[in-house]
Amino acid sequence: MELSGVHFAYDGASPVLAGADFRLDAGQRVAVVGPTGSGKTTLLHLMVGLLRPTAGTIRLFGRARHEESEFAEVRGRVGLLFQDAEDQLFCPTVAEDVAFGPLNQGKKRDEAVEIVRRTLASLGLSGYEDRVTYHLSGGEKRLVSLATVLAMEPEILLLDEPTTGLDERTVGRIVAILSHLPQAMVVISHQKDFLRQVTQTTVHLRDRRLTPGETGPAAP
Amino acid sequence: MVCETYFSGNSVVHRLDPRAKLVAAVAFSAVVATSYRTPVLIAALALAIALALAAGLPAGPLWRRLAAVNAFVLLAAALLPFSTPGAPLVWVGSVPYTVEGLVLGARIAAKTNAIVLVVTALLSTVEITRLGHAMSHLRLPSKLIHLMLMTVRYVDLLHHEYHRLATAMKVRGFRPRATLHTYRSLGNLVGMLLVRSFDRSQRIVAAMKCRGFNGRFYVLDHFRFAARDAVFAVLTVLVTAGLLVGEYAWPIR
Repeated sequence: MELSGVHFAYDGASPVLAGADFRLDAGQRVAVVGPTGSGKTTLLHLMVGLLRPTAGTIRLFGRARHEESEFAEVRGRVGLLFQDAEDQLFCPTVAEDVAFGPLNQGKKRDEAVEIVRRTLASLGLSGYEDRVTYHLSGGEKRLVSLATVLAMEPEILLLDEPTTGLDERTVGRIVAILSHLPQAMVVISHQKDFLRQVTQTTVHLRDRRLTPGETGPAAP
Repeated sequence: MVCETYFSGNSVVHRLDPRAKLVAAVAFSAVVATSYRTPVLIAALALAIALALAAGLPAGPLWRRLAAVNAFVLLAAALLPFSTPGAPLVWVGSVPYTVEGLVLGARIAAKTNAIVLVVTALLSTVEITRLGHAMSHLRLPSKLIHLMLMTVRYVDLLHHEYHRLATAMKVRGFRPRATLHTYRSLGNLVGMLLVRSFDRSQRIVAAMKCRGFNGRFYVLDHFRFAARDAVFAVLTVLVTAGLLVGEYAWPIR
């Protein structure tokens, strides 16, 4: 994935990004840090084509993508975990929510059920299939949201504050899960400890541009 | 959570196939709503009471629901004898209070209670999401079903959001009074809820798009039509047919 010279402004507002460059290679894990309101979430939404840049190009999997149809092609390969799990879980039951993505990808019912079983098991959520999504706790909602993203077997994960508002144990669980995943990742968070544990490099979003962090690789 | 007072339980009625229950509730309600014969309505009410007993509905919430419905029905039934022509029972001033009116009121009461009891016994004992699935298996319009399921999913969240905002107002000393300030503040509260709901709906659409949503929902749940469901379906057919015969074909009135 590569962003070059990306400019973006919401309608009638001052620009959020002006000339942002970014590059993510296979297996690489990058933290994006910056003050609140600096456009980190906007950056992730640009990466999956939910927002379109006003200038500059976004290349995904070796091709520049401009149109909705070009982004739709790769939606399954770039998994975005939303800041608020409530936005992501809209199906009545956990199984249906996790199966939603795979079914959209054209998987058969039996395959989807198998994917649901496997994904939930890999996150330690076996037995959650028939739970009603709005009855889950905050931590469970976050883990199930992650399951809905992983069920589509993405190659890149974009995580928007995956640990905000969670207790230490759940954060620990998420760290353990993320460190065993093979995917390349872009992670937004304000928790330095968490970022040190799951990412290798840091990029700062300031003055509407992305600059590599001075700290360099932070992995142990 | 809203609308989940009755669904827990493990009676025979609870375990029936939701599709069969939905069809039975609609068929029974349609027949009873169009019925005018007193014996038919008495039979329907008796059946409804029997079904409610079989479902083992909790008494408290059931009485509250019936009380709410009957407040309207009784008001109508008390006033109908004034406007229905017939043999006067008593005279209130120069206006007759008729026997026919009382009978008509009783019929309406029987009809209403029978329908409320049956719908409560059959549909409130189905978890709302399973009801949605049943509707989708019965090929009801998918827009309708998803409207219902999405509402159930998010109405609670909106309720919480409202409470958070209202609490935030309260801790800053807001007391509802009959003042312009109150109306303006409440207007802001409702406006903020609308704006937030709209924003949330945009985010949900974005989340659905990210997972490749293409306008179709899929249902994973599949129901099994067991022997008891077959028995229930046959009973439903017999009962509705019986009521219809009583209504339209029975010679004696």
